[in-house]
Amino acid sequence: MSAPPPAAPLVRFEAVGKRFGDVVAADGVDLELAEGEFFALLGPSGCGKTTLMRMLAGFERPDAGRILLNGADIAGLPPHRRPSSMMFQTYALFPHLTVEQNVGFGLKQQGWDKARAAARVEAMLALVRLEGLNRRRPHQLSGGQKQRVALARALAVEPRIVLLDEPLAALDRKLREETQLELKAIQRATRVTFMIVTHDQDEAMGVADRMAVMQAGRIAQVGAPREVYERPANRFVAEFIGEANLFPAKDTGDGADFTLVRPERMTIAAEASPGAIPGRVAEVAYFGDRTRYVVKTDAGKPLLVSQAAGQAPLSLQPGDPAFVSWPKNAEVKVPA
Amino acid sequence: MRRGPSPFNRLSVGAGLAFLYAPIVLLVIYSFNASRLVTVWGGWSTKWYAALAQDQAMLDAVSVSLRVGLISASLATALGLLAAVSLARGGRFGGRGLFGAMVYAPLSLPDVILGLSLLLLFVALGLPRGFWTVTLSHATVTIGYATVVIRARLASVDPSLEEAARDLGCPPAQAFLKATLPVIAPAVAAAWMLAFTLSLDDLVVASFTSGPGATTLPMRLYSAVRLGVNPEINAVSTLLIGAVAVGVSLAGLAIGRRRDA
Amino acid sequence: MWKVLALPYLWLAVFFGLPFLLVAKLSLSHTALAIPPYAPQLDLSRGLSGLAAFVRALSFETYARLGSDRLYLAAYLSSLRFAALATGLLLLIGYPMAYGMSRFGAGARRLLVLAVILPFWTSFLIRIYAWIAILKPAGLLNQALALLHLPPLTLLDSDAGVLIGLVYAYLPFMVLPLYAVLERHDESLVEAALDLGCTRTSAFWRVTLPMSLPGVLAGALLCFIPMVGEFVIPDLLGGSRTLMLGKTLWTEFFANRDWPAASAVAIALLATLALPMALVQRQQARLAGETQA
Repeated sequence: MSAPPPAAPLVRFEAVGKRFGDVVAADGVDLELAEGEFFALLGPSGCGKTTLMRMLAGFERPDAGRILLNGADIAGLPPHRRPSSMMFQTYALFPHLTVEQNVGFGLKQQGWDKARAAARVEAMLALVRLEGLNRRRPHQLSGGQKQRVALARALAVEPRIVLLDEPLAALDRKLREETQLELKAIQRATRVTFMIVTHDQDEAMGVADRMAVMQAGRIAQVGAPREVYERPANRFVAEFIGEANLFPAKDTGDGADFTLVRPERMTIAAEASPGAIPGRVAEVAYFGDRTRYVVKTDAGKPLLVSQAAGQAPLSLQPGDPAFVSWPKNAEVKVPA
Repeated sequence: MRRGPSPFNRLSVGAGLAFLYAPIVLLVIYSFNASRLVTVWGGWSTKWYAALAQDQAMLDAVSVSLRVGLISASLATALGLLAAVSLARGGRFGGRGLFGAMVYAPLSLPDVILGLSLLLLFVALGLPRGFWTVTLSHATVTIGYATVVIRARLASVDPSLEEAARDLGCPPAQAFLKATLPVIAPAVAAAWMLAFTLSLDDLVVASFTSGPGATTLPMRLYSAVRLGVNPEINAVSTLLIGAVAVGVSLAGLAIGRRRDA
Repeated sequence: MWKVLALPYLWLAVFFGLPFLLVAKLSLSHTALAIPPYAPQLDLSRGLSGLAAFVRALSFETYARLGSDRLYLAAYLSSLRFAALATGLLLLIGYPMAYGMSRFGAGARRLLVLAVILPFWTSFLIRIYAWIAILKPAGLLNQALALLHLPPLTLLDSDAGVLIGLVYAYLPFMVLPLYAVLERHDESLVEAALDLGCTRTSAFWRVTLPMSLPGVLAGALLCFIPMVGEFVIPDLLGGSRTLMLGKTLWTEFFANRDWPAASAVAIALLATLALPMALVQRQQARLAGETQA
């Protein structure tokens, strides 16, 4: 049960392969992006997600396979002829130009007439809430402001798809969370297709309608965030997205190699109950909205248990005996 | 990601380097020309090198230049080191801008102005012109170069090295000598080499400030060149170029080894 | 410690600052058949009255003489013209070269930089001398042209010869600052321009070139300033009619023994170069500030 494949894909990767020397950056990648969706490409660093994006933008050529845009192969198009526009990880704002010159850069290149271009620049600055900073230069802006200028510049040229390369990596945590919400709002308002590349699962899950998890040049799973979290396609995805308790599966004959139980589905108690696994608390970490326990048991790896705030408060300390249990429907079968 | 050079890029670099090196290569080749006419090839010969060994005036000039270079480069390097330290580590002391200007101005001033002004000083002081006036002049002219080289290296040395040494009980001067100086030693050596080469190369300042009995090699070469090209000059030039090539290669090797170690 | 650090400034005050005052003073004196060949002489043994007599005898007569002599004015303008022309040529040759260098891989770049610096370590005089044999009427260039059945060129003892010499000698000074800027150029800015619709060519004109202007300015000043006062190149490669201030100063001093005139020429040269030199200083200070930050 995967998310419904887009009816009319805007972008289609077909068996795309790319290697740099001995490093495989993409290996038979098949992927479809629908018009108007917010798509996240998630994976650890070095998994090939940035290369995939750069191939779409035209900065790298695939060694194998095709990339289709609206059904047409774009292999022959140089970056400047592609209807995609990229927001660079370093923002790549032109330091010798003002904010409005940066935002209007692509419009000037496309030969927009001055009045129309000026109006478009104003509209973009309003969209990212940077009115009045027209004459500033990049070095006079804060990190968050630079990020917005980069977004406004990418959107100004009316692209079919905006590619965002780790757009929030340079911001601090608080600003990052605010900006996530804004990105999503801007995407919804403009209805432009967004593709974001990130190694941060919170970021991907926070903004994306659908996401793909990449592992060593291959797509491990594609789906809505909830689906990927709750029904990971393999062990790698289970462990990469969120925290996971994985148990070797008893031989049930359904092909699953592991049983996954997410920490928040587990319950920890000081007293024994039928079926609960006995153990001893090794670590307690308090996060405000939840408390995380590491419980050592006689069998296998320590268990991670997460108790949401608002549940009956416990006063378990490291070294205390504890009992961990979970409902049967919390168990998910995961292939290796 | 850096894009590789295009054919046009290769052509511009290749043509530029050919322009830089062609005259030097031709000069070297024609130093082995048997013919007295420099630009007419008369077969291979080393006779101009033999003739050189007999040219006492030329040999004297070489000796003067080497001695002037050794002393002036050492003076300039010592003073340049002090200037670099004060500029890099002195913080924003008053008049720092003026000091900086004073150190760097000789770098861009035309030689004729430097030569003339130094000469006038020696005349005013009543110093007889000769070996020492040239040496002092060269030291003055090259301080700025030595400072630039050393300061560039100093800027990238972590000041906490020296603070650590002081924390461990060294007085400031000793902390500098023990903690910072070893780190910047290659730059100090490079500064000395640069000052030495500039001194060896200078014609204009030496012509103004020198006197009888202190004819440097460039002065000697210049008067020979004024009389026209001759194969002997090619031979001297080739030897000088060879010495520079050997010196630079040795320095390169030494730096390479340091880096590997 | 601080006293030791003051040594280089003391040295420069005596051997660099003081001499300039002397040049300024001498430019206000007049020639005399004496040793040294100028008057008035400051006679400090006569105390204040000596100083007063000395100051009274100073005059702007030498400057007036220089200003009214067409030859000096011509030399002055011709120096500026040579330096400006050569700076333009250097940019035309040096920019593509520095840009090309910046595109190579790290190892090759290091070698190329070394290759550009290396000629600087070999004698300037010798490198200029090498051109005489090439540019002579029966020299190597004309021999090569004859082989190709092309008419010979008269380059030695001409303005063209001086330009070739200037461009040749100062090429490393143009290439290195340009390279320093271009080598640091962030490739993602070019990619951003391509992404926004620029071709490689328009990305160069709209992004790379404007961003390298500080390097262009640094290279141009670094070459222009010493070229205005250049002596060896016009002397060896230029003709008898080639006029440049460095040569004029040299002739006044050595041939005509007119020390005041030589000093006045030096002051004029200095006054002309003061502005570009101040610009260089400012840029140096900014660069030093950046590397420390």
